[in-house]
Amino acid sequence: MATKSLKARANELASQHKQLDILNGGLFADGELPYFKDKIAEIGHFPLRPKKLEILQINVGYMCNQVCEHCHVDAGPDRKEIMTQETMKQCLEVIRNTGAHTLDLTGGAPEMNPNFRWFVEEAAKAGINDFIVRSNLTIIRANKKYYDLPEFFKKHNVHVISSMPHYTRGKTDKQRGNGVFDKSIKALQELNAVGYGMPDSNLRLDLVYNPSGAYLPGDQMALERDFKKALKEDFGIQFHNLFAITNLPISRFLDYLIASENYEDYMYSLVEAYNPAAVTNVMCTNTLSVSWDGWLYDCDFNQMLDLKLANKVQHIKDYNEDIVNDRNIIISQHCYGCTAGAGSSCQGTVA
Amino acid sequence: MSNSYYDPKDLRKFGKITEWSEELGAKFFDYYGKVFEEGALSAREKSLIALAVAHVVKCPYCIDAYTKDGLQRGITKEEMMEAVHAGAAIESGATLVHGVQMMNKYDKLSM
Repeated sequence: MATKSLKARANELASQHKQLDILNGGLFADGELPYFKDKIAEIGHFPLRPKKLEILQINVGYMCNQVCEHCHVDAGPDRKEIMTQETMKQCLEVIRNTGAHTLDLTGGAPEMNPNFRWFVEEAAKAGINDFIVRSNLTIIRANKKYYDLPEFFKKHNVHVISSMPHYTRGKTDKQRGNGVFDKSIKALQELNAVGYGMPDSNLRLDLVYNPSGAYLPGDQMALERDFKKALKEDFGIQFHNLFAITNLPISRFLDYLIASENYEDYMYSLVEAYNPAAVTNVMCTNTLSVSWDGWLYDCDFNQMLDLKLANKVQHIKDYNEDIVNDRNIIISQHCYGCTAGAGSSCQGTVA
Repeated sequence: MSNSYYDPKDLRKFGKITEWSEELGAKFFDYYGKVFEEGALSAREKSLIALAVAHVVKCPYCIDAYTKDGLQRGITKEEMMEAVHAGAAIESGATLVHGVQMMNKYDKLSM
């Protein structure tokens, strides 16, 4: 298991250009598989256009306490890209005036940003309907300065969404590192203890599942049922919903696919599972992604590929919701990841 | 044409069998799809049965397909291996139960 990001290892796939060359070349350039653009053109969705903005997703930094093998952010302890308080202030201005009903903070481990708590406190005052923090769980047990995070989240009525690759130790630790499973279990129990995830609780606790390998997620409801049963029986843990998310072939997951000689089969699987019904609800049509340095993207994946908005407004400091919403969404072959099967988004399936 | 009898890439072309016999191919795939839907047995249980049978009939395509299907459903490797043993036990039992025939014949032919 790698302990450093692709960037720190100077891996060629740390380059967005290299990733895009792979996604646009090979099977697609050879005509073996159709370009995503052509597939959505068949159903009249090219160019892909946004609908009403619902979710503002802000990435407060790529630093993380884990180095997960599948991470599309290439996050890790060695990443130094961290949102400054100045950029946070620009984001707060937008949060106070946006028509979006959901604010979604992500990273890296967002809690590792030194201004994270200040930002949450300020953002919570904006009265946004659904305030999500994507927490990797182990951060809560990583250092005693984080031990009170469950109470902190509760105080600000934060909706916690956490990653949990499997309800067994082996699979979890293989994807995320040794000891991750036990720490995640402990963190979930602590969240439960303050009221998160309990059946009638307003303190929302959802889990994110993504496959630990070169295959697509199964049925979200069936997986949720299995996770609920196993976590309750084995550890007394409860949670609300499970979101099954497809791994997109970028960054460290792309590196894994190529190194394990699964890339071609995986791309075939994605294209074969293409579901036109998922195209209408792909998350880039209702979400905007903001990077640690304030740039705007159609989604978190485009952020990692450095595909900035195709719009005259490209930075949070110039934000104007009407102008930003009048744009064509940038697509490439990684987008097949969001339209496979029941579709995939940061909120789970879409079709 | 490949120089070996089995090519993993051929699994992707399975659907093409319909091209040479549309009616029968379509009926087969309809039936196949229906069989693996949730029913009195869960789709998860049926996936494990399929994996066991895949081993008994020694179909490499089916083994690839249902190992992947199991992973997608969150089926653990321990469950998969137990399913393979269930298939293997029936297969070896089916061989061994013929031992009774051998014993019967032996007794009949012996003075």
